[in-house]
Amino acid sequence: MKLFRQPSSEPLWRDEFSVFAADERYVSRRQFAKFLVLTSLAMFVGNLWILVRSWFSRGPAYPAETVARLDEIPIGGVKLFPYPTPKEQCILVRTGSNDYVAYSQKCTHLSCAVFYSGAKNRLECPCHNGAFSVRDGSVLQGPPRRPLPRIRLERRGDELVATGIHLRQEV
Amino acid sequence: MFGYEFYIDPSRCIGCQSCMKACEECETHRGHSMINFDFIDREETIATAAYVCWHCDDPTCAEVCPADAIKKGDDGVVHSSLKPRCIACQNCVLACPFGIPKIVPEYDQMLKCDMCYDRTSAGKRPMCATVCPSQALAYVRPEDVVQRREKPTNVFYFGNQEVTTKVFMMVPENQDSISIDVADYIWEGEYEAVSPA
Repeated sequence: MKLFRQPSSEPLWRDEFSVFAADERYVSRRQFAKFLVLTSLAMFVGNLWILVRSWFSRGPAYPAETVARLDEIPIGGVKLFPYPTPKEQCILVRTGSNDYVAYSQKCTHLSCAVFYSGAKNRLECPCHNGAFSVRDGSVLQGPPRRPLPRIRLERRGDELVATGIHLRQEV
Repeated sequence: MFGYEFYIDPSRCIGCQSCMKACEECETHRGHSMINFDFIDREETIATAAYVCWHCDDPTCAEVCPADAIKKGDDGVVHSSLKPRCIACQNCVLACPFGIPKIVPEYDQMLKCDMCYDRTSAGKRPMCATVCPSQALAYVRPEDVVQRREKPTNVFYFGNQEVTTKVFMMVPENQDSISIDVADYIWEGEYEAVSPA
């Protein structure tokens, strides 16, 4: 099998579809360079497209849903509610007389349901001893790497309304 | 590759058809003989001739293949069609000047003599050449063939077209090539009219 071959005067299709098995596998340096340049150009344009799209796109729209009345839960009490779809369970914690926080109940490690531990004032996952801060949802211990997604809450009259989900990056 | 060449000498063929039976034993096309076996003129003579593929330097079968399925290896052996590519269109069957490729309907694929590639690529002799009792099909070293009365050639003329091959044909001493004008072999007799009853 020849490793190097002189540029031939034959048309390209004769080189590409040669009757010789060795020629069919042969890739010239120019072909390889062309392949590298074109694929990296395509990657660059693709990334540019993703970047531009993320600049001009708004995030997903979340519905506003009433989740609880203000006096419904005692201080240190919790309420579970589905948001934004009926299958996504979230946990609402009343941490002070006027402080409410809500997080997705799915542990960011392997999706077990986290619960509120009043004694330690944190959200805990029973599966692998993961724990999240009740203040901002950040990881305190255990295998999870990402903080819990936080549910945006709004007070309307004497009702708490969930208006969105705040996803945060790995810390 | 191992210093052997293939020589075909139809004048030595005794019509035993051992080559066909041996060819059928080959693993890659078991049950299908890839030997072209001819009765030259059955009314007049008992002469027979057995042929393998000549493995042309510029294989016409591969040139006409629309699916790019027929490939020639580095050692000059033209292989059977690649199964994933062959579409059994029979272009090669019609184009080959020697009539070598065969469509096998069970496989929907063209198979041809690949000079027992599993054997010859490992330095063994092809099945047909090992069994031929008169060595009409011989896979030997060139220095053994010069002792024969005939002379080997691998140049064929079909009309004005020159075809050179890997496999040699034995020709009379005073010839350098084999010229075949296909028009000479067209039957000029009259067809019997067959009435549709």
